[in-house]
Amino acid sequence: MPQIAQLTADNWYLASQLFWLLIVFAGIYVVIGRGMLPKIEATVDARDRKVADDLAAAKAAHAAADNLEESYRQQSDASRAAAQKAVAEAKDKAARDAEKRLAKVDAELAEKLTAAEADVSAARTSAMAEIESVAAEAAGDLVAKLSGVKVAAADAKAAVKAVIHG
Amino acid sequence: MAAESGKIDPMHQFEVAPLGGGFNLGGHEVLFTNSALWMIVAAIALGLFMWGGMRRQLVPGRWQAAVEGFTGFISSMMTQNIGSEGRKFTPYVFSLFMFILFCNLLGMLPLGIVGVHPFTVTSHIAITGVLALISFAIVLVVGFWRHGLHFFSLFVPHGTPLPMVPVIAPIEFVSFMVRPFSLGLRLFVAMTAGHVLLKVLSGFVINGFNAETLWLGSIVSVLSFILMIGISALELLVAGIQAYVFALLTSLYINDAVNLH
Repeated sequence: MPQIAQLTADNWYLASQLFWLLIVFAGIYVVIGRGMLPKIEATVDARDRKVADDLAAAKAAHAAADNLEESYRQQSDASRAAAQKAVAEAKDKAARDAEKRLAKVDAELAEKLTAAEADVSAARTSAMAEIESVAAEAAGDLVAKLSGVKVAAADAKAAVKAVIHG
Repeated sequence: MAAESGKIDPMHQFEVAPLGGGFNLGGHEVLFTNSALWMIVAAIALGLFMWGGMRRQLVPGRWQAAVEGFTGFISSMMTQNIGSEGRKFTPYVFSLFMFILFCNLLGMLPLGIVGVHPFTVTSHIAITGVLALISFAIVLVVGFWRHGLHFFSLFVPHGTPLPMVPVIAPIEFVSFMVRPFSLGLRLFVAMTAGHVLLKVLSGFVINGFNAETLWLGSIVSVLSFILMIGISALELLVAGIQAYVFALLTSLYINDAVNLH
């Protein structure tokens, strides 16, 4: 086994191995272990931190979106309720207005009706009176023509009145 | 490899050969060896791999995702085993894990086809032992720094009945002191065994086709080759697992030092 045989046989073996090992390993430790490794680890750490930050930001944005949606829902609920209330009120008001107008129109109509009825009865009365006078005149004329007796207008009127009113 | 003599030495691959001139360091000659070369190759490959992951984009590309997979793997292991204080030790354990992993994998590359002989740095106890000792030293320094002499309470597990303490404490002490050896030996043995096995099987493949009774040798060769494919896959797995085990045990030992029990 040369590893052990050379250890004792060759004067230069151990010194050379040790010297070059220490030089090379120290070089690796300083340049790679102390120089390059911390930079690579810093890159990894920075990435991990960035990923964690991004995840936290995404979570926060998600929560904000949830809140926004909730408030939007509440708002829309409230405005829908308000709209429904307004519609109901408007309906109510319209119904009341219609009732009022109807009542007014009714009253007017009733008034007109009574006035018309009054007119009609007045007309009828005056017509009656006219008919009476015309009939009295006609009766007087008829009597005069038939019998030649001049009947007084008042007598004719009374006679006609008695016939008309039974 | 002494192929011309018909024999293939499976241990030859572990031999450290000087490649270039060296210098004197405290009475010992330090040479540039194939082992040093492959350590540097591993370091450069690791550096390139990491460099490809340095784009620092918010959405990582494939390469960046691969690099971040490795760093995330180690840092999550550290925080799981040690807690938030584990991040302080992540650079060390990450360097350890990646260095061992790259050395293990580079030793597995089939570069022999193009005439380059890969060398598995981690198949040497001198290397794995030193890495284990560094881990052990960190445990000792951190333990005594944070807890002072109270660190010795590590040898008395929580809830031990008082009469048992004189028996338990030496056992715990021995198991504690054995840690660097087991840590270094495990990796060294796993790498050595795997490479020896592969080399022996590849020797069967070559010798089978060179055999005098070709039909029999061919059967041996083909079967050995099929087996080699499976074992190579297994060795790739072992390369990852051993690097992971080394890093995991180091993190557990550091946890003992940081948090006691």
